[in-house]
Amino acid sequence: MTGVVIVGAAETTDLGVIPNLSELQLHADAALNAFADAGINARDIDGFATAGFRPTEVAQYLGLRPRWVDGTSVGGCSFMVHVRHAVAAIQAGHCSTVLITHGESGRSRVGKSGFAPAPASFGGQFEAPFGVVGPPTMFTIPVLRYMKDFGLTHEQLAMVAVVQRQWANRNPRASMRELITVEDVLKSRMIAYPFHLLECCLVTDGGGALILTSADRARDFPKPPVHIRGTGESSETPIISQMEDLTSSRAFREAGRDAMREAGIVHADVDHLMIYDAFAHLPIYGLEDLGFCKRGEAGAFIAEGNTAPGGRLPTNTNGGGLSYMHSGMYGMYALQESVRQVRGEAAAQIADVEVALCLGVGGMFGASGCVVMGKEARP
Amino acid sequence: MAERPLPRPTPETEHFWAGTRAGELRLQRCNDCQASYFPPRPFCPECSSRNVLIYRASGHGTLESYVINHRPHPAWTEPYAIALVKLAEGPRMMSNIVECAQTPEALELDMPLEVVFLKQTEDITLPLFRPLIQPIVQPIVQPPGTAR
Repeated sequence: MTGVVIVGAAETTDLGVIPNLSELQLHADAALNAFADAGINARDIDGFATAGFRPTEVAQYLGLRPRWVDGTSVGGCSFMVHVRHAVAAIQAGHCSTVLITHGESGRSRVGKSGFAPAPASFGGQFEAPFGVVGPPTMFTIPVLRYMKDFGLTHEQLAMVAVVQRQWANRNPRASMRELITVEDVLKSRMIAYPFHLLECCLVTDGGGALILTSADRARDFPKPPVHIRGTGESSETPIISQMEDLTSSRAFREAGRDAMREAGIVHADVDHLMIYDAFAHLPIYGLEDLGFCKRGEAGAFIAEGNTAPGGRLPTNTNGGGLSYMHSGMYGMYALQESVRQVRGEAAAQIADVEVALCLGVGGMFGASGCVVMGKEARP
Repeated sequence: MAERPLPRPTPETEHFWAGTRAGELRLQRCNDCQASYFPPRPFCPECSSRNVLIYRASGHGTLESYVINHRPHPAWTEPYAIALVKLAEGPRMMSNIVECAQTPEALELDMPLEVVFLKQTEDITLPLFRPLIQPIVQPIVQPPGTAR
């Protein structure tokens, strides 16, 4: 139990293709929606965290006067990490009400600053010269090792995309909703063998924002609070080639373990799971590294329908990065779905979600943040 | 065809790129805990000791994993493989596999590889790997009485 709750949560009004908003305004659009959700405005915020932009830029744009800022930027799980840091700041009394924003013009690229590895960085020296072309050629590179070591099949990898599309099919805000088959996945264009187009995430526009405060203030807000039960974070590597074990993420293992330990839960307590899915192998790694499956068994676990609608461990119920949306730093959307599920307001709502676990990845298996949320502070 | 993106060495990595210019694959090892490591830095990432040395690696390794990229890159004709090579000394590095078809059939995981060097400019030579056709069997045996 952390004594901190989420009292506001919202995404941008639109998701998908948003050519009429700059990246900065996507942050603001999400923040304004979160203010409305919490019944407050910028004057009520005294702590601010974001990634992608320096927090000073977004805070001034929004009219905030924060006395605590966090610009931790470790990729798409930065927002999970911000939640963790905000919990500590609120506990320490450094601030009382924290806003966390994300906005990214991933597809339309309006007002977006590009990023390429500096030639003198480890990525610039030891990966760029060998022809990497963005995450589809880096995040994917461990999986053949996993497939050989554990016998994961191409069909099982494809099933990750098939199952998540089943969830997206129930979600009107998902970018891709039409049901697909394993054959559809394996016939889709090859991006980076063994990954086909449908095993890679979308590239879309959007944003999201969260508002956190202490549990004793929760009754001042219109919606029932979502309790932060526990958090974890870990940093592993800036470049995929130096991941410690190509078949398991140390960052996942450590962030997940710490979050579950602080929350005081065991696996059977988890009613709803989000695992950041930039590519189809991530839910497989996440299920094993969190301990929901034994090593080498998550591919079959997913293929057998355990994470699908009606399964015993509903996972990535918004459709995930593969089908719902993926702006580049997807972690915020995974957190939003966890909040919706605990509140009972998700598009594909699971009955009676008491405990939701949300696992994020940053960079290419570079870092991780994990947040356990609950309907109650303790069960 | 455009050139590959080239590395810009730093003071801490210059020995590695001087090595490839000289036709050597250089790694580092800690004199205190004996860990071999890569990428280069003037201290041991295992035990934080500054007591490290640079040595010439065997240039042998195995194919640990890879992808075959189908997306366009100005310096390549796709599809081409981007590989992770497990060096005989332990560290892993990214590279390309040359003198080999860029297909799943030809690129067999754990196949033995050896380093080759591809000069790009006067300053930069890249380490690439090719299949080791006749693997040299060199069992690593610690002779009795030589324990560190």
